[in-house]
Amino acid sequence: MDTVIEQKLKVTEPLHLKCGNVLKTYELAYETYGQLNTKKDNAVLICHALSGNHHVAGFHEGDNKPGWWDNMIGSGKPINTDKLFVVCMNNLGGCHGTTGPVSINKETGSEFGFDFPIVTVQDWVRTQKVLMDALEISKWQFVIGGSLGGMQAFQWTLDYPEYVSNSIIIAAAPKLTAQNIAFNEVARQAIMGDPDWCNGNYLKSKKIPKRGLALARMLGHITYLSDKSMAKKFGRDLKEKKFNFNFDVEFQIESYLRYQGEKFVDSFDANTYLLMTKALDYYDPFNEVDFEKKIATSKSKYLLLSFTSDWRFPPSRSEDIVKTLINHNKNVSYACINSDGGHDAFLMKNDNYFEVMRNFIENNIDD
Amino acid sequence: MTRKDFKIISNWVKADSKVLDLGCGDGSLLKILNEERNVTGYGVDLSVDKIIKSLDNNINVVHTDINNRLDYFTDKSFDYVILAQSLQVVDNPINLINEMLRIGNEVIISFPNMGYWKSRLYLFLRGKMPVTNELPFSWHSTPNIHLCTINDFREMCELNQFTIVDEVISSNRNESVPTKFLSNLLGESAIFKIK
Repeated sequence: MDTVIEQKLKVTEPLHLKCGNVLKTYELAYETYGQLNTKKDNAVLICHALSGNHHVAGFHEGDNKPGWWDNMIGSGKPINTDKLFVVCMNNLGGCHGTTGPVSINKETGSEFGFDFPIVTVQDWVRTQKVLMDALEISKWQFVIGGSLGGMQAFQWTLDYPEYVSNSIIIAAAPKLTAQNIAFNEVARQAIMGDPDWCNGNYLKSKKIPKRGLALARMLGHITYLSDKSMAKKFGRDLKEKKFNFNFDVEFQIESYLRYQGEKFVDSFDANTYLLMTKALDYYDPFNEVDFEKKIATSKSKYLLLSFTSDWRFPPSRSEDIVKTLINHNKNVSYACINSDGGHDAFLMKNDNYFEVMRNFIENNIDD
Repeated sequence: MTRKDFKIISNWVKADSKVLDLGCGDGSLLKILNEERNVTGYGVDLSVDKIIKSLDNNINVVHTDINNRLDYFTDKSFDYVILAQSLQVVDNPINLINEMLRIGNEVIISFPNMGYWKSRLYLFLRGKMPVTNELPFSWHSTPNIHLCTINDFREMCELNQFTIVDEVISSNRNESVPTKFLSNLLGESAIFKIK
């Protein structure tokens, strides 16, 4: 496969965010895969989750690791780039190229940091529409996302019903539960409680809240795996095959979590993490005042997928969405995939999961 | 399920109606109803393999258990709720039929008739539970836990005040078995419409 390169779109049209703030200008980083046809109607939008970014497939020059969903997207894969033109964008407030807390605020000349406004799923969908218009795409054949990405895939059908033919919502939920919000709050407190967070202005102070961000990631990571998958992968395995009776890393799972935390700190911004968890907490489309009006206008076909061992967004949460869509007479299909992979199962190869994706996509491609 | 059953059901279903197909298998019934009668609706199945096949037939399909998860569907939200050749595998047929009547205006149920003369002969001559082409399982490994005869079904309807509004009893040779009197003996398969 050819190497992929990041592209940028500079937007000068002001963006009025749901929180009331306005971004006068901003930049969107994105990547594309496959060819846009002459009618510009074979496009697919991939929406990323909490810690994802726009590098969803293929290899960057010199990299030996592909994008985060490369098993799903490419030539001959379920999201088939032989037929489809795939677009993925780094969401606003992100830290991988799109304007976010690490970007320079032109009005002050220094990084936004903690002053970056709160962003929502609806804001992301709006900026994805800005990118769509810039690329002159007439309609998404599919908008697809897992977890927080699935929420965007759903929101598209509410906010831009004329522009989506199919929405694929994987391992998602219509809103967070108290338990979900509780996990997010502990993650935020880990970051904000780190002295190096410096009230959010760590970039100015030339510091990074490494401990806090790593802790947030470790906590998150536990909720993305299942008890069974952790037992299978680590069990009670020890690094040195004996107890040392101290507080150093002894069990393999401790070592793994620390590694995940440390790795994350090198590639992710703490303030972005705070923003992403807030976007999750706020999302609750069924209880928006205009939900009934919006869902009535949706012409999209829906596919929902869940995984048996996912306890972050268990199958019952996807089923809440399915139920609502059925009650509104929408074309919807749903599959619950048997997997030990926990919430992260949506990123893993699984025959049944991939067949469901492939069959739905192939039968609904409008050539 | 046979093509013959499809034809009978297709004849019963009004054009442009909304259909729920419980135990939809590979979705071919809904596909045919969609092509012939322009129906909308959903299939339901518990097997992920069937979900995958149904998606290949491009029908709406929901992966869930018809025994206890029909809470997806609100009261009287479908014109027809169909249970084709699956009555014998459900946990509690009466509960399920009550659920189907809650969800749909009319209910269509087809099932194999254990009163068919060949089944009777099998049991009579061999003294063993019938194993046939349509029901090819041994008694200990069969998913068919609630087999019945046409007379059993009629009796259940009467006891539970399910009103039979239409019926077709068929055998492999004949389109339908005309004599009501002998239907329990000559009918291989039965399709009932109840309210």
